[in-house]
Amino acid sequence: MKLAIKLAIRNLIGAGLRTWLNVIVLSFSYVIIIWMNGVMIGWEEQAKHDMKDWQIGGGQYWHQEYDPYDPFTINDSHAIIPNEFADEIAQGDMVPILIVQGTIYPQGRMQSIAIKGISSNQSLFKQPTNKLDTVVDGLPAIIGAMMAKDLGISKGDYLTLRWRDVNGTFDATEIHIVDVFASNVPAIENAQIYIALEKLQEMTLLPDHATILTFSDQKKERVKVDGWVLKTTETLTKSVDDLIKTKTSGLTIFYFILILLAMLAIFDTMVLSIFRRQKEIGTYVALGYTRGEVVGLFTVEGAMYSIFAALVGAAYGLPFLAWQAKAGWTMPIDVSELGMAIAQTLYPVYSFGLVVSTILIVVITTTIVSYWPSRKIAKMNPTEALRGKIQ
Amino acid sequence: MEIIQINNLTKRFPMGKGEFTALKGINLTLNKGEFTGLIGPSGSGKTTLLNIVGSLDVPSDGEAFVLGNSIGKLNTKQAAKLRKENLGFIFQSYNLLQVHTVYENVEFPLLLLSLPASERRKMVMDALEWVGLTDKVNSKPPQLSGGECQRVAIARAMVKKPSLVLADEPTANLDAANSHNILKTMETLNRELNTTFLFATHDEKVINYLHRKIFLLDGKVDNDEIVKSN
Repeated sequence: MKLAIKLAIRNLIGAGLRTWLNVIVLSFSYVIIIWMNGVMIGWEEQAKHDMKDWQIGGGQYWHQEYDPYDPFTINDSHAIIPNEFADEIAQGDMVPILIVQGTIYPQGRMQSIAIKGISSNQSLFKQPTNKLDTVVDGLPAIIGAMMAKDLGISKGDYLTLRWRDVNGTFDATEIHIVDVFASNVPAIENAQIYIALEKLQEMTLLPDHATILTFSDQKKERVKVDGWVLKTTETLTKSVDDLIKTKTSGLTIFYFILILLAMLAIFDTMVLSIFRRQKEIGTYVALGYTRGEVVGLFTVEGAMYSIFAALVGAAYGLPFLAWQAKAGWTMPIDVSELGMAIAQTLYPVYSFGLVVSTILIVVITTTIVSYWPSRKIAKMNPTEALRGKIQ
Repeated sequence: MEIIQINNLTKRFPMGKGEFTALKGINLTLNKGEFTGLIGPSGSGKTTLLNIVGSLDVPSDGEAFVLGNSIGKLNTKQAAKLRKENLGFIFQSYNLLQVHTVYENVEFPLLLLSLPASERRKMVMDALEWVGLTDKVNSKPPQLSGGECQRVAIARAMVKKPSLVLADEPTANLDAANSHNILKTMETLNRELNTTFLFATHDEKVINYLHRKIFLLDGKVDNDEIVKSN
């Protein structure tokens, strides 16, 4: 094996441009696969991180009736905040949110929204709820930049807000947009406004009621409370996992095509090598190699392309990947319209496992692709190979 | 001491629906240190006989013993071991590894024998000195003349000091001056190292150097004459 590697290196370096063309093509595969996977992992980490910061914290309790995908459940999705959580809420480690349906009328149009009542002094979420603790004309409210852009609303605007209390009675007031915040999480921006929790409880005649209780410490043991369903971060980020999994599956086809192109180049080179190097094959046998050992030599030679490609890929890929990890990749389209928890600039994250698995996949594939045509050598007649006769 | 013993050897090749008999009932004995040639026109069977002696092919009938090994009974690994340890080959078109340097070409048989690097270096330099190519160690075959290439091939065949060197038309691609140089080198190595040489040739220049001439005609030994004793 050691001799085969030594000879393979000599043969490949001696083959000059032909070797380097294959190596460069294959090195692109390495760098692109690692970079794209890095972007996906970076996106996953960013999406989950942003969701924790803006939407789900360290986990949540949902009122048993609450289903964010069924608007008909919202009016009944509330209950008095359980006493079991009073201490945690008082310490600021748990934040209650009351959600009711409402309607706003921006520029004379009617827009259904969710009104979220949230404590103005909470620090668990990044929403600037402290801005709600102010005295202005109208009811202070904050909204996300995505909705502000869609509806043409700006900071300082006044809007009419209509809602129904617990008895079904309609009421309306004027809200004052005291701040517009930007996040990467459409789920907390689109079609919703934030006002002070106490105010919403008063408006809906639901004192001490909440729909969702978000906590910061996911490891803390809590008692089971009737009427409230625990949602862990794993459950709450499952949609992101599913989305990334779907995207990754799609990219796998791209990786397959990328590797296939590189493998075609190597397969073609190996077939051509065996065709052109008949005399050399015969010489190896005459000098004391068995045909099986010559098959091994050619297979190792093919496999060495992937090793060379890893080295060449590292030479230009490492600086590129490191730069990307630092500078990030800014997507050319406005991601706020995609409806996914995705930042405009994604920062690729590369794990040791990602790099090793990519190299292993390429090395194994290259070895198989090299062995395939090399098997022909085992059937060659060495005396005819020595004369360079095509077999 | 007998190096080669051939008894009633026949070699047939499939040809179309029938067979072509390349060698018919060959009987030969070669002793250590001989400088012998198989002489004959194209198709007389000299290369076929050389290939069988070199364990690259096997007899159809009869037996060929090389250094005590019955060629027909060796498996591929045993045949490869025989070639690796005891045989040297010189070919008409040199068959050098084109992308390797002169040094690497000559070193190759020693790599197969797994000799240590320092021993390999000494043996390669000795072999290159025999053929007068110590100034070309880093050249590659495309940078050498035909005569130089054949001298590299001789060095490669001789570097491990094999018991038997098989040379198939070694001067066919060389001019007269280069042919004489090559043959003188081989004759010197034969004399100084007592290596047995077996040529397959129809080149008059080679024939004039041979100590024993075995004439083949239509796959049979037509004449066997010793012209110079070793």
